[in-house]
Amino acid sequence: MTKNKTKRIYMDHAAAAPMDKRVKKAMEPYWTENFGNPNAIYKEGLVARSAIETAREDIAKILGARAKEIIFTNGGTESDNLAIFGIIGGVRKNFSRLPAGEAGFTLPRNAVGSDASQNFSSPRPHIITTKFEHHAVLNSCKRLEKEGFEVTYLDVGKEGVVKSEDVKRALRPETILVSIMYANNEIGTVQPIREIAKAIRDFKKILGVEKQNLSRFTLPRSGVGSDATQDFASPHFGTIFPYLHTDACQAPGYLDLNVERLGVDLLTLNGSKIYGPKGIGLLYAKNGIKLEPLLYGGEQERKLRPGTENVPAIVGLAEALKIADKDREKESARLVKLRDYFIGRLIGEIPKTVLNGHAAERLPNNINVSILDAEGESIVLYLDEAGVACSTGSACTSESLEPSHVIMAIGKPHAYAHGAMRFSLGRSTTKKDIDYVMKVLPDIIKKLRMFSPVNIKI
Amino acid sequence: MADVDKWVYSAIIKDHFMKPRGFLLGEPKEGEFDSYGEVGSLACGDIIKVWIKVDKETDKIKDFKWQTWGCATAIASASAFAEMIMKNNGMKVEEAMNIKPKDIADYLGGLPARKFHCSILADKAFKKAVENYRKAHA
Repeated sequence: MTKNKTKRIYMDHAAAAPMDKRVKKAMEPYWTENFGNPNAIYKEGLVARSAIETAREDIAKILGARAKEIIFTNGGTESDNLAIFGIIGGVRKNFSRLPAGEAGFTLPRNAVGSDASQNFSSPRPHIITTKFEHHAVLNSCKRLEKEGFEVTYLDVGKEGVVKSEDVKRALRPETILVSIMYANNEIGTVQPIREIAKAIRDFKKILGVEKQNLSRFTLPRSGVGSDATQDFASPHFGTIFPYLHTDACQAPGYLDLNVERLGVDLLTLNGSKIYGPKGIGLLYAKNGIKLEPLLYGGEQERKLRPGTENVPAIVGLAEALKIADKDREKESARLVKLRDYFIGRLIGEIPKTVLNGHAAERLPNNINVSILDAEGESIVLYLDEAGVACSTGSACTSESLEPSHVIMAIGKPHAYAHGAMRFSLGRSTTKKDIDYVMKVLPDIIKKLRMFSPVNIKI
Repeated sequence: MADVDKWVYSAIIKDHFMKPRGFLLGEPKEGEFDSYGEVGSLACGDIIKVWIKVDKETDKIKDFKWQTWGCATAIASASAFAEMIMKNNGMKVEEAMNIKPKDIADYLGGLPARKFHCSILADKAFKKAVENYRKAHA
């Protein structure tokens, strides 16, 4: 086996990307020099405040949003949680004062217990998501199921792409949230968010009319009075929900992020996957959406995210997004070529290797293949020794010892998940790097298969 | 630049993983072994198969070979077990039957707790092989 003691070939950009030097430079003044608390009214505070607000405006421009629609958080997981529990909290707050049934559904009590579901006389509030979401969304939904919410986990098919017709079929009058990722983090498949948004819009139109016809209320009271419950009690209830949330953490630099064109109400982004700093993320929440915070404290981020703002990281996130946006088309075109070259060689040169996820509807930087009769952790560690960093869907590398739920969601047997290898390319990746991997990987697989008792038929 | 000396498990595990000893290449020849045992599953992500040849006079293990599909620690523990029981021209079967998963983990210089149950399978496969051998030679 060839050993390379000096050069490392990093192919795990979907896990973390090195921070861009330009991002580091943009952040530099905000550690020691301009360290002020952005909530202070003296000069140090104002400098920090203006850095945050400039960052917010720059990001809003890229998203086609308004600055006030951007909430900074500590990362993708927090943003996903804020979107889901924030919406639920908003619903709880505004519905809890309504008699059962008048809202169209009964709210579960805010308690975990097996009897939580026994107290419902009308339909329970409903959430739609997919089987292969990131755990930040999946485990949030599982938690809400325990509280009595109903969750539909949509199939993603063999290719790992959700069908908008399936979303349409799953929509119910009591659906309050649809959360579907923009691009899958393991297999890179891009989801038809625009089509899903349209399906929801169409559903809302129909529901709005039906609600009006069936309503026990004679007059819409929306917009009248200051009591928020009146808005929800109106026949226009059906035209407010469901909201559409998308986790777009893997998308920047490759996909269109314009929230108007996408038609989303909420969108999650973070810094560490886009050559920005770790520990920073954002949630775009369309103006007018009622969210409840996850944390309680000061009044930062429109009272939705208390705590002193992470000024350097916010500046870094904006800079990283700007660079990703500027280089998007050129870098995507470059990586698509490398991706397809790599996939072609993997499948062509290593027997019993299959691609996971749609070949074209995938991120330009994502390669995910199952290499049978060899196991992922072993492959990762042999590659690491040869100087290559990548990741696997094998159970052995996870704390839970569960194999990838994503590979299972696309209908592949366990052994395919245990042998699933993800190579995620990045700005530094060259054809030479891929050629080097293809020089060492076939021998590694040969070696592992040499003492493997498994011989899976494909 | 990553530190090239960093490694996720113990140095002994790395040595066994990178240079596994005592595995069987291909299928066994007719009469090469007396018996075999297999544990694990595709669902779990680890499968180990072992073969034994026993000296009928002395009840010592004359030959032991393995094949493993699984993670680094599964491969290393199979290799370590082979080394343990073949020391001094092979242990007595009874003695080898007494090897506990903890003995293998200790031999390897320690193992993360979560890896203990799924990747130390060699002793279990060996016990199955001995069971099969005893049944056939009862």
